[in-house]
Amino acid sequence: MSDSTTHVAIGGDITIGCTVNGEAVAVQVPVRTSLSDMLRAALGLTGTHLGCEHGVCGACTIIVDGAAVRSCLMLAAQAEGSDIRTIEGLAVDGRWHPVQTAMHDHHGFQCAFCAPGFMMTAVAMLEDDPNRSEQEIREELGGNLCRCTGYESIVDGVLAAVATLRGAS
Amino acid sequence: MKAPPFAYARPTTLDGALELLSTHADSKVLAGGQSLLPVMNLRLGAPSLLVDISRIPMLDRIVVDDDGAVTIGALVTHTAVEGSADIARHAPLVAEAAPYIGHRAIRNRGTCVGSIAHADPAAEMPAVCLATDAIMISTSTHGDRVIPASAFFTGFLDTALRDDELLAAVRFPASPPGATGSVVEVSRRHGDYALAGLVCRLVVERGTITDAALAYFGVGPTAERVPEAEALLVGSDGRGPALDRAVEAVEATLDPPSDVHGTTAYRRHLAGVLCRRGVADAIARSTEEVA
Ligand SMILES: Cc1cc2nc3c(=O)[nH]c(=O)nc-3n(C[C@H](O)[C@H](O)[C@H](O)COP(=O)(O)OP(=O)(O)OC[C@H]3O[C@@H](n4cnc5c(N)ncnc54)[C@H](O)[C@@H]3O)c2cc1C
Ligand code: FES
Ligand code: FES
Repeated sequence: MSDSTTHVAIGGDITIGCTVNGEAVAVQVPVRTSLSDMLRAALGLTGTHLGCEHGVCGACTIIVDGAAVRSCLMLAAQAEGSDIRTIEGLAVDGRWHPVQTAMHDHHGFQCAFCAPGFMMTAVAMLEDDPNRSEQEIREELGGNLCRCTGYESIVDGVLAAVATLRGAS
Repeated sequence: MKAPPFAYARPTTLDGALELLSTHADSKVLAGGQSLLPVMNLRLGAPSLLVDISRIPMLDRIVVDDDGAVTIGALVTHTAVEGSADIARHAPLVAEAAPYIGHRAIRNRGTCVGSIAHADPAAEMPAVCLATDAIMISTSTHGDRVIPASAFFTGFLDTALRDDELLAAVRFPASPPGATGSVVEVSRRHGDYALAGLVCRLVVERGTITDAALAYFGVGPTAERVPEAEALLVGSDGRGPALDRAVEAVEATLDPPSDVHGTTAYRRHLAGVLCRRGVADAIARSTEEVA
């Protein structure tokens, strides 16, 4: 094999260095570990939920290097060097993120299994562009499934967050 | 729902990746992982080595030639395609197809080239390639190959790529004057794989169609063109009886599969409806007409 190639683990375990919610971490996991399992099992961050584990439900959505991703469709190994944000990192010093507050105020969720995925999707969307129309919000949230609410309360919550963020800026 | 064990390598040079692919039987390229990881999680596939190409430089580029041809590298994501002014201008059908693919979080990691290499029968990009006569640029330790789209999609999830080859880029040739087109599809929910879809590309000169491509997806084992219907459109204005005949030819030629989402008859009907809609949209957009 050529010298110019950096190989990471062939089989066995792999050590991942990355930032999770602002903190540098180094974790050793089996090579086949998904990023979602690394967060949940190795780091104890069980706020990231797993529904389908094949990209369809959106419950596992987190933010990696500023973009919403399915943590079930990313290997922990692929996250080497990246900046990861999960639902646990949304509140700052015990103060909720405007999206969390808006969801609470509008009774956005019922069982809330889907909540972390929806909120991380919403946060990434509003950080990318806070001036979102209802149509755009519905489209961007279209990749997340909720089995309880019928979605209206979730859309209301995100619309309220848009209004808060607009007022704040 | 967890992937079976595998080995993982993350080469930082293209040569390093090609060497791994050539020396390890049953290795697979890992690009965005948005098709490969579901396949592995569902245990529908179990490659022994994943070659993660994400850290190889230069593969994330979008290059426009002087003549307007657009080359999209292996690491360009669907989201990057959507955000590219160059692609919107020079390869408008690629830009139009991208937002149909999955959802934002999928598009943030999934790659345009990966979608072509994966060759899902219901995926948009293979049909865009067929409609626009795109060219695949593959590379291996044995050198580069260029493969026209017409020879690339060989069957269900199957392409002309060899196991040791990496698809480095896809090139979309410059559009001729008078080119117009449209992407239309029917899916159960925006972002879901299409029940049936069409990439329509026409060249219209003074109100007459001089060239036509109808590339369907979701209606067979692979994306496919319908030359019988295309021939009926050429020389016509794409309306009235000419369009009726093209729709009939589409319905007579395609033999879509039945599954839980739709029967053969329903998908065939959709294909006809999409022909009507796609050709009308393309003609409505034709700059020739406006002039
Ligand atoms: C919920 C969901 C919905 C989706 N909906 C759609 C949809 O509506 N339309 C659609 O088109 N797609 C859809 N997709 C799939 C998505 O488009 C993927 O991004 C794409 O199919 C594969 O790109 P990737 O970079 O993720 O490839 P990977 O998953 O990394 O690879 C896929 C396959 O291609 C091979 N491969 C990838 N890149 C290369 C290369 N450069 N050279 C050689 N081989 C390569 C891999 O070895 C693997 O076999 C969906 C996916 C999910 C999870
Ligand atoms: S658990 Fe990841 S999308 Fe469903
Ligand atoms: S609130 Fe129960 S799944 Fe969404």
